[in-house]
Amino acid sequence: MSRIQKTFEALKDKNQKALNIFVTAGYPDATRSLEILKSLPSSGADLIELGIPFTDPMADGPTIQDSSLQALENGMSLQGTLDMLTEFRKDNTGTPVILMGYFNPIYKYGCDKFVNNAKTAGADGLIVVDLPPEEDEELRIPAQKAGLDFIKLVTPTTIGTRLDTVIKNASGFLYYVSIAGITGTKSANIDEVAAHIKQIKEKCDLPVAVGFGIKTPEDAAKMSKIADAVVVGSAIVENINKNQSVSNIVAPLSEQVIALKKAI
Amino acid sequence: MEAKNLKVPANSLRSGPDEKGHFGLYGGRYVAETLMPLILEVEQAWHKARDNEAFWDEFNALAKDYVGRPSPLYFAKATTAHYGGAKIYFKRDELNHTGAHKINHCLGQILVARRMGKKRIIAETGAGQHGVATATVCALFDMPCTVFMGAEDIKRQKPNVFRMKLLGAEVVPVTSGSGTLKDAMNEALRHWVAHVEDTYYLIGTVAGPHPYPEMVRDFQSVIGIETKEQMMEKEGRLPDSLVACIGGGSNAMGLFHPFLDDPSVQMFGVEAGGFGVDTDKHAASLTGGSTGILHGMRSYFLQNDDGQINEAHSISAGLDYPGIGPEHAYLHDIDRVQYVSVTDDEALEAFKMLSQLEGIIPALEPSHAFAHVMKLAPTLPKDHVLVMNLCGRGDKDIFTVAEKLGMEI
Repeated sequence: MSRIQKTFEALKDKNQKALNIFVTAGYPDATRSLEILKSLPSSGADLIELGIPFTDPMADGPTIQDSSLQALENGMSLQGTLDMLTEFRKDNTGTPVILMGYFNPIYKYGCDKFVNNAKTAGADGLIVVDLPPEEDEELRIPAQKAGLDFIKLVTPTTIGTRLDTVIKNASGFLYYVSIAGITGTKSANIDEVAAHIKQIKEKCDLPVAVGFGIKTPEDAAKMSKIADAVVVGSAIVENINKNQSVSNIVAPLSEQVIALKKAI
Repeated sequence: MEAKNLKVPANSLRSGPDEKGHFGLYGGRYVAETLMPLILEVEQAWHKARDNEAFWDEFNALAKDYVGRPSPLYFAKATTAHYGGAKIYFKRDELNHTGAHKINHCLGQILVARRMGKKRIIAETGAGQHGVATATVCALFDMPCTVFMGAEDIKRQKPNVFRMKLLGAEVVPVTSGSGTLKDAMNEALRHWVAHVEDTYYLIGTVAGPHPYPEMVRDFQSVIGIETKEQMMEKEGRLPDSLVACIGGGSNAMGLFHPFLDDPSVQMFGVEAGGFGVDTDKHAASLTGGSTGILHGMRSYFLQNDDGQINEAHSISAGLDYPGIGPEHAYLHDIDRVQYVSVTDDEALEAFKMLSQLEGIIPALEPSHAFAHVMKLAPTLPKDHVLVMNLCGRGDKDIFTVAEKLGMEI
């Protein structure tokens, strides 16, 4: 059983929902980014989405855009992201880590080399924002062969037969994008999300995580009632940004993650 | 143009893209899932329009009376004499309404958007020519228009910013990234994701996800189709070579495409070499880039080893893009088109030469094409017939050029 499956089943047994925390690799810098990453599981993150920085993150709002550019300026790269994960795995073997990003850095690195090195580094799954089912074979097939889950994005516009196309080769869990928009902007309409998740559940057994626009413990509490997992990204990155000059950046982050976990 | 003009045999170089939008390895639809249903809807609407005679009747009528098509094919006698080689013709797309070829695909796309029932238009722009053309057709059809433009480009292209505003468009300055065309395109895509219901994204070149490279090419092909007919009238034969500048590649694709199956016709795509393709300040994606994925397509991009996109540089804001349309990438790989580059300085020199030789002030974009003609023409025999696409006029660039030449306006 994969780490992702184990995590969702263990939570289900305890009647709990999963908290997915997104951080940008290398933000605010490589050293502190690793410290933050290491602290997340003990604060309550059940899964971690580790963002591979990219110069042109088309699905992201200003918060994550800025974090990516700063990470890149500080020397982060795709290889650097994998190295960071290798370090993280020295102390943690239980928390699933999903690498999230855009296709170009992966394509440039080489799909086969990437999936093998990502697996060796300790990744459990991939989310590639700009790789819809029409174009995903090039990465999905080697990824799944290497034992990495290929996590699909389902959005408010994924309706009718489109939903079947999207969930067809999904594994790990489904990532439901709760708004038609970019990260860290508007908030979702909970009734619409609930109705759509109900339709998804009728067609697919995978756990459903909801992300985009979830900022506060209150938002997380509401979403956790209708989904298996809640993803918080921009609000975390924003908190890192706010505390860049604080000597112990981990403390305010932990406080935030503990509050989110408590709420769901 | 007619619906039947677009039907070509399967073994033709003009048969691409395949049904998934690929030109060989290139093209495709690399967009976030939120946009996929919409992209599929655009494709359906475009294909329905393309096969409909009434659609082309409407397009042709406006192209004639509103844009002023066909644009003349002009024999440049003085230029030909000056360089003493090839017989040089200019396809005068700078005489179109709004001053460049961009109006061709704007007119076509807004007709598609209307058929889709979309209520508002967004666009990205670099030099502002596409933004002005988009704002123009939006004014014509009374549709709200929002143009995303890099903050840097807004500074470089003030007259076009003013034109867009006069035409009733909202111009949104883009400060993310390098504040130029690629960032404007990112921002337009981000905006589109958040407004999928009522908004049509009117892309300004033969780039982006399928069906845009195909659709924009087909609207721009009016340039090559006219050139072919006009050349038959004037010379009674096909031209020997075609020259066009390339940023994303829309004017070049429009000129080249109808000639792809004529093997005797040589083609030259001229990329912006900036300070030189051996420096890090240029916009020559084919000459100095490598394959990658950005803005919904696989093509050639300026990027580093980590797959991070580099900033492009060109004196011409319209060529200042770190990528190129996927069909150009394909034509490059199969060697059907020769892609070359010229520097900022060479383009400036060409700008001055063309102004003085012919009394035509060209935009900085086709000045790149002319810089290559200046090198090529003297090496060719006198019976060699060359056509250069003069795809835009230079009014918008006089401030940039004056500054470069150290002159005050």
